[in-house]
Amino acid sequence: MTPELQQAGAEALQRWRQKEQVSASSGGRSASFGRLVHAHEPDFAHGVALYLDDITVSFDGFKALNALSLAINVGELRCIIGPNGAGKTTMMDVITGKTRPDLGSASFGQNIDLLRLRENAIAQIGIGRKFQKPTVYEQLSVFENLELALAADRRVRASLFSRLSGTQLDRIGEVMTLIHLLPEAQRTAGLLSHGQKQWLEIGMLLMQDPKLLLLDEPVAGMTDEETERTAELFLSLEGQHSLVVVEHDMKFVEQLTEGWKKVTVLHEGRVLAEGTLSDVQANEQVVEVYLGR
Amino acid sequence: MKRDRMPEAPVPLDIQRAQDPASMLQAASRPRLLTPAGWGGVLLALAIVAIGVPLANLLAPVDSVFHLSDYAVGLTGKIMCYAICALAIDLIWGYTGILSLGHGLFFALGGYAMGMYLMRQIGRDGNYASELPDFMVFLDWKALPWHWAGSGSFVFQMLMVLLVPGLLALVFGFFAFRSRIKGVYFSIITQALTFAAMLLFFRNETGFGGNNGFTDFKRILGMPIATPSTRMLLFVLTGCVLIGFFLMARAIVTSKFGRVLQAIRDAESRVMFTGYDPLAYKLAIWTLSAVMCGVAGALYVPQVGIINPSEMSPAASIEMAIWAAVGGRATLIGPIVGAFFVNGAKSWFTQVVPEFWLYFLGALFIAVTLFLPNGLVGLAAQLRRKKKGADE
Repeated sequence: MTPELQQAGAEALQRWRQKEQVSASSGGRSASFGRLVHAHEPDFAHGVALYLDDITVSFDGFKALNALSLAINVGELRCIIGPNGAGKTTMMDVITGKTRPDLGSASFGQNIDLLRLRENAIAQIGIGRKFQKPTVYEQLSVFENLELALAADRRVRASLFSRLSGTQLDRIGEVMTLIHLLPEAQRTAGLLSHGQKQWLEIGMLLMQDPKLLLLDEPVAGMTDEETERTAELFLSLEGQHSLVVVEHDMKFVEQLTEGWKKVTVLHEGRVLAEGTLSDVQANEQVVEVYLGR
Repeated sequence: MKRDRMPEAPVPLDIQRAQDPASMLQAASRPRLLTPAGWGGVLLALAIVAIGVPLANLLAPVDSVFHLSDYAVGLTGKIMCYAICALAIDLIWGYTGILSLGHGLFFALGGYAMGMYLMRQIGRDGNYASELPDFMVFLDWKALPWHWAGSGSFVFQMLMVLLVPGLLALVFGFFAFRSRIKGVYFSIITQALTFAAMLLFFRNETGFGGNNGFTDFKRILGMPIATPSTRMLLFVLTGCVLIGFFLMARAIVTSKFGRVLQAIRDAESRVMFTGYDPLAYKLAIWTLSAVMCGVAGALYVPQVGIINPSEMSPAASIEMAIWAAVGGRATLIGPIVGAFFVNGAKSWFTQVVPEFWLYFLGALFIAVTLFLPNGLVGLAAQLRRKKKGADE
């Protein structure tokens, strides 16, 4: 055996190992074989959690969304920014089933067509949404708010005879600690401060254990310290959940993207720019729509 | 609906005392059906209804201070039927935030189902000595119409008392809630529904006695209907049904189901985006509430001896909502108190100063809306808190 041949063999082996490694790390297409796809379970094998394709929504001729296309990867934390009226909230309405688009398609994983489902069904397959204005059950206590959000059988009979198990109780306690509301457990939610309500709503989302979280201006009305803690919380969720955060607060976005994550800029119902925060901030078009001419 | 002035719900003492979070959560997860004082109240009410009133009415001598007149028993029995309706309204309005102005329809349907049975029980003792009810003879009908086929059977008609209001509510509710009709629009539609039914029942061709309805009942289950003992039996039965419904309603609102209902009232979109289907929840409580009213109507008819389409008039349904509002919504006990208060006042006014009754009712409604958002029960709780604050 000549040294050349030996050399070539070693290189070939190395290339093969590298190839093996790459295909193993991505899961490869082979992972798709023999895998059960359930009708009510999103299938994330291609690594994409949410696809929006060519979505158009018009209200009396005004195009709130104009052929918007967007893809969010599994485990990704994506920040979406844009001036007022850019269509950020309408986009969330489309994803959660509140608004039906005129055109386009939206799917969760690769198998679930979101446009065919009602709001509650979409929530049950794992898309949680936080509203711009904190929406909690004001007459119920903090504990009861979380209890209702707890992932469990949502049917009438089940809730009529429901009893919390020890595990579920622990889970509620855990989330309450996470959102710093444990001392307020018995307090009526309507009496919480604005920031606390925001936290409670985030806590309710976590109780649902969603695969995709849509957060519409989650830190509006929070103090600087609360904002920082919220950012830490979201960063800890990244990876296990996909997150879409719509926010105006650039400091918060900067903290979330950590300098390398993708930011999407919406304008007039379509994607204007995509890239890291510093890239889009340097983009002339973006500067133009934000500052005006 | 103005709810933001609702005071913080009083925290039960055992939860206040528990300092460590684990036991606090434990306590919070198991809401009690009733407090010990509440159970005492229920037992007391049961004793009064089942023992006290029968003794005072049937056994106490007429000139004794303990004697309860037949009139008072009849009035109380009637008001207890109304209280069941108010309780039903509280479940759907107070807890779920759906204001129905058509519950009089379900009440009347239950009443008519009972009335049909009572009409057939008259047998040949009517004015025309015919097997057919008098109004049919009067209309020159020769045979019972199809919908009277089962009216000879008590069991069948009792089933109708539950099924007719229940099915109507189920079908109507399904379409209304599926179309997401909410708030005042829903109220107006329920109002229109009961009005349409009233017009239908006014017609002789419908086969329900037209505007005279059913009356002149002679007996129920073979017993003469107007004797003191039968009346007392009906009274005790009504009281027990009211207490039973109260406990059932209490069990519902302390369950998770009840909390979902309140969540629907406060933030329906949040409920939807949490994965609950509000349609199923609304439909369940709406139908239950209609059935409760049907039962109340069936208990009402043999006690007052008449049922006619005026029970379906929009005003009758609006009055039910007033009882609940006056007593205090979302309290369960409040609407019962409200039904007794308003109807007690009504019978006093219509005897003493009949022309002022409607003014009083209007003024009462305005006063409650302006000054007592939580009704009489809310006022009592407020006074109790104030007194407690002064003591400390």
